Amino acid sequence: MRPVIRDVSLVLAHAPSFVRLGSKPLRELRRVDAPLGYLLPYLRDWDAACGYAPNQVFIGNVGVDDLAAHATPWHRHPVGGAQRFGPDGEIMPEHEFLGLLAACDGFDLLALDRDVADRARTALDTHPLIGRDSGRPAVPSGVAPDVIRERIEKHRAVPLLGVDGRLLGAMLPGHDEDDTLTGQVLMENLACKATAALALRHLLARPGAVAATDVRYVINCGEEAVGDRYQRGGGNVAKAVAEWAGCTRATGSDVKAFCCGPMHALMLAGAMVASGLHDDVVVLAGGSLAKLGMKFQGHLKHEMPIVEDVLAGFAAHVARDDGTSPVLRLDAVGRHEVGSGSAPLAVVKALYTEPLGRLGLTLLDVDRFSLELHNPEATEPAGSGNVPLNNYRTLASLAVVEKLIERADIGQFVRTRGMPGFSPTQGHIASAIPYLGHALRGLTKGTLTRTMFTGKGSLFLGRMTQLSDGISLIVERNG
Amino acid sequence: MGLEDQAAVKRVADEHGSDVVVLLGTPDAESTQTLAQTVVTGDPSYAGPLAGVPLGLPVLHVFEPEVKDQVPGDVYEAQVALMEMSLDRDAILAGLREARKTATT
Amino acid sequence: MELRGRKVIALGERDGVPGPALAECASKAGADVVLTLTACYV
Repeated sequence: MRPVIRDVSLVLAHAPSFVRLGSKPLRELRRVDAPLGYLLPYLRDWDAACGYAPNQVFIGNVGVDDLAAHATPWHRHPVGGAQRFGPDGEIMPEHEFLGLLAACDGFDLLALDRDVADRARTALDTHPLIGRDSGRPAVPSGVAPDVIRERIEKHRAVPLLGVDGRLLGAMLPGHDEDDTLTGQVLMENLACKATAALALRHLLARPGAVAATDVRYVINCGEEAVGDRYQRGGGNVAKAVAEWAGCTRATGSDVKAFCCGPMHALMLAGAMVASGLHDDVVVLAGGSLAKLGMKFQGHLKHEMPIVEDVLAGFAAHVARDDGTSPVLRLDAVGRHEVGSGSAPLAVVKALYTEPLGRLGLTLLDVDRFSLELHNPEATEPAGSGNVPLNNYRTLASLAVVEKLIERADIGQFVRTRGMPGFSPTQGHIASAIPYLGHALRGLTKGTLTRTMFTGKGSLFLGRMTQLSDGISLIVERNG
Repeated sequence: MGLEDQAAVKRVADEHGSDVVVLLGTPDAESTQTLAQTVVTGDPSYAGPLAGVPLGLPVLHVFEPEVKDQVPGDVYEAQVALMEMSLDRDAILAGLREARKTATT
Repeated sequence: MELRGRKVIALGERDGVPGPALAECASKAGADVVLTLTACYV
């Protein structure tokens, strides 16, 4: 039984108040005299985040080729009439996201200010998919400001300050002496759970979607290592999200491989379906709070808004062949093997030439490649280059090596088979996944025949191997 | 260069003394210039352990002809050639020249 | 500059030439690689 990808959801949560809790801002703002005011002029409101062209591409309202033609800088040229909801998901405003966070907190560790909680509840209760009657946990009542302050002063709760410095709430640690359960760590984990849960509910709300109770296995490939001091990264976010979304007959587990996690997870989901182990598997991931504002210093230097102010999430449904949904080709998985080493040529051959060759195909048989899709407007101001462009050029150079194109045609190859980066710098999610919604449409209703998704993981950052990681997957038209 | 990496470079440079050379594989002019400056005159962002620490290490980029000439052809072909084709070699080497110029003024 | 006999710090980048690839070049050129790092800026 060959597996198909039935559907995907891609969501963003606008979280400007959480930018200060990102790993880089958190460290850098300690050296600043007035940290609140320091970032204030550079934090965007929801309208700006919603109208931001890359975000509209992320939720499927704007196509990748339209983005390539869109005036730059994107932060100065918003999309006219931008909508919160799109075919792939939504961009949730922060005041509502706070309610979602609180509703995902099963241990009452996140306390919101009373007014903040009331506003969040009112907003979230009218959400079309996760409203009051959707069966989700309620947004709990908020608490008085002096209670929040006491938690911060006496119980080491992490304060959550609004963009303007107002105290919105605080996150208690889960244990007094456990570095893996500090308020900061738990806030990161909760943000990951909440955005993954939002993505899953979007996926389950699609017309013809699998019933929540028919999902039998959930694989989480988010970045957060949920655990305790005896087992850092013990898991299992997948099950926590499945529980929240009402997938009562599901179990699950977490798959980790740095930013390559989603590709491993999709491959494993496909294998579960193909083997007959489970008919309906969901692969999902929430966002990385630690990566918010990662390049903020570059944005400040260039007097532009901090565009890394959104948390991302996705969920994909992998199922038995239904005759129409795009096929996940398990017979042509590209693998960066241990023996592939670190030589770029060997790595790209393992990821592209080898799997395509197994099907008698070449790079030119793939209509579109989805590689690293980090928004260059986030990375270039910080001197981190245009990551997608570099990766597409490397791929095109492989095509030159294989004598498929001339060296002079590298630019053309990149333009027609690549795309501009449009993903927030949310690591694992930026790694190929954001194009999946566009690809599924193109492979069913559009003109695409074959797409290829490649994730890369910087395993060396964990200091246990010098290797990096990579998996590529072919997703093609059914029939 | 990340702060942790700066600490490692400083420690290794201290441990090995005057024989140390830095070999870069950076993908663009800006990162090349920044990294070269960091190991020669110190961290230009003044954030890491190399802030204000002029290690004065010789810096080479793997794309430089004088490096390429010392590496066996088949090794260079396997390890570097693809990236040399895909990246803007001239801009990267210009970034390195700029950093060297800054270091001597 | 002659690499042979020198101590090399290989500073690679994920989207450029990775550290181990630089280290391979340096060691095949006769150098002693004393530190291999790869940076990832995303």
